[in-house]
Amino acid sequence: MKQRVVITGMGVCAPNAVGLEAFTKAIQEGVSGITHHRVLKDLQFSCQVGGVPSISEEKKRNYFSELQLRNFNASGILYGVIAGIDALEDASLSIENQDIETNYDLGVIFGVATSGVEKFREAIYKIDKGNVRRLGSTAVAQTMTSGVSAYLSGMIGAGNQVTTNSSACATGTEAVLMGYERIAHGHAKQVLCGSCGEDGPYTWGGFDAMKVITYKHNDTPEEASRPMSASASGFVPGSGAGALLLESLESAKARGAKIYAEVLGGEVNSGGQRNGGTMTAPNNEAVQRCISKALVNANITAKEIDYINGHLTATIKDPVEIDNWVQALDRRGDDFPYINSLKGMTGHCLAASGSIESVATVLQMYHGFIFPNSNCDVIHPDILANISEKSIPRTLVQTSIKTAVKASFGFGDVNACIIFRTYK
Amino acid sequence: MTNKEIFEQLLPIVKTYLPDDVDATQINLDSDLTKELNINSAHLVDVVLDVEDAFDVEFTNEDMEQLRTINDTIAIIQKKQNT
Repeated sequence: MKQRVVITGMGVCAPNAVGLEAFTKAIQEGVSGITHHRVLKDLQFSCQVGGVPSISEEKKRNYFSELQLRNFNASGILYGVIAGIDALEDASLSIENQDIETNYDLGVIFGVATSGVEKFREAIYKIDKGNVRRLGSTAVAQTMTSGVSAYLSGMIGAGNQVTTNSSACATGTEAVLMGYERIAHGHAKQVLCGSCGEDGPYTWGGFDAMKVITYKHNDTPEEASRPMSASASGFVPGSGAGALLLESLESAKARGAKIYAEVLGGEVNSGGQRNGGTMTAPNNEAVQRCISKALVNANITAKEIDYINGHLTATIKDPVEIDNWVQALDRRGDDFPYINSLKGMTGHCLAASGSIESVATVLQMYHGFIFPNSNCDVIHPDILANISEKSIPRTLVQTSIKTAVKASFGFGDVNACIIFRTYK
Repeated sequence: MTNKEIFEQLLPIVKTYLPDDVDATQINLDSDLTKELNINSAHLVDVVLDVEDAFDVEFTNEDMEQLRTINDTIAIIQKKQNT
């Protein structure tokens, strides 16, 4: 018998807001977190705008000790720890409660694409000067892929599985599903799930070189990220972290925890870079299969979907994604559910996107609203040929959402799709 | 430098790495850095890097192996400064 799994805490560190309350307000109001970055201009990047969370030195010290901050240079770990600890506190599992002994029922599954790229750069300069002995003791902890999970588990005493997954832009959504599976099968009571992404020229340079990010809005950063728009011209890179504390329904009920929503299940798969799929483009059959299988695994029908949180990055592929949703759900025109993309406000937070957007999805369900799609005044004609304009709100909609679906798709032709339901 | 001068300059460096449950007043010449002051052994390399910067010396791998107490640290610094 599978355990039912619910979400009892969340944390978020997004380019447009840090913290649940501020983030809820920001997405309701369509606040942009995209700004111009001088360093990108100086280094002759085509795209000089990006979404970076704003964290004060004072705030860092609410989460890290002075000692931990010595020679610390890993923005992803910073964002991940803030979101993760916030989620734990939101679930009323404060660090103090975790402080005494190892909690073997609590796990951490926190994904990344890279860790400590800036720290790695520092280390490379020292090593190349014959100064390897000057790296200090934390070069490994900051640059190892599982760095964020290791920092978090040390802070909260997590004694169940502590690991880091990585599947490019599907990472965050995959992490939530991995935590779900672990609890559903009775291997853990609580898993802190999430993902984080770093920022800056060394993380974003490769995308700039590929010409997949927009060069057209360096003077108008807030207008740069345009998911589903006729004038979408490439994505805007972003960073940050989202975290969700998943817990067995049994455990949540026993301790009287607040329940945001239930995770009904989902699916992860890959297109195998066949049938049109490549390193960078999706195998559409696999995308549709991932969505359809998620419905089966969650034991629901496509008709029950009220709302879709899309991947929708603001490239020329957005109409293709919409068509994949249409085919997979077999719903089109006026019958298509509400859909939006957070990336219009935050940019594409890459490995962090799936978890930040999962938090946004659950917040909309919990508070009963659908955030407006930013920079989408003129919807792409190929999208309008498939679904109704009414499905793509450009202003805040107050409505209850019973069942929501979130999907993320990543380089390497990988897909992840998750179904959430309001818990009553 | 006298041992006392070195100790006074060493004190704030060591303090940085003390865990929360160890008070700076517990630092004395015979204190074992990892066993008594509970400094994480991984942080010993950071203590040494800070000491190298503060005293303009360089510790060898053999120096690091011998380093156990505050006194050991002072002795190594003395040796380096006097050669």
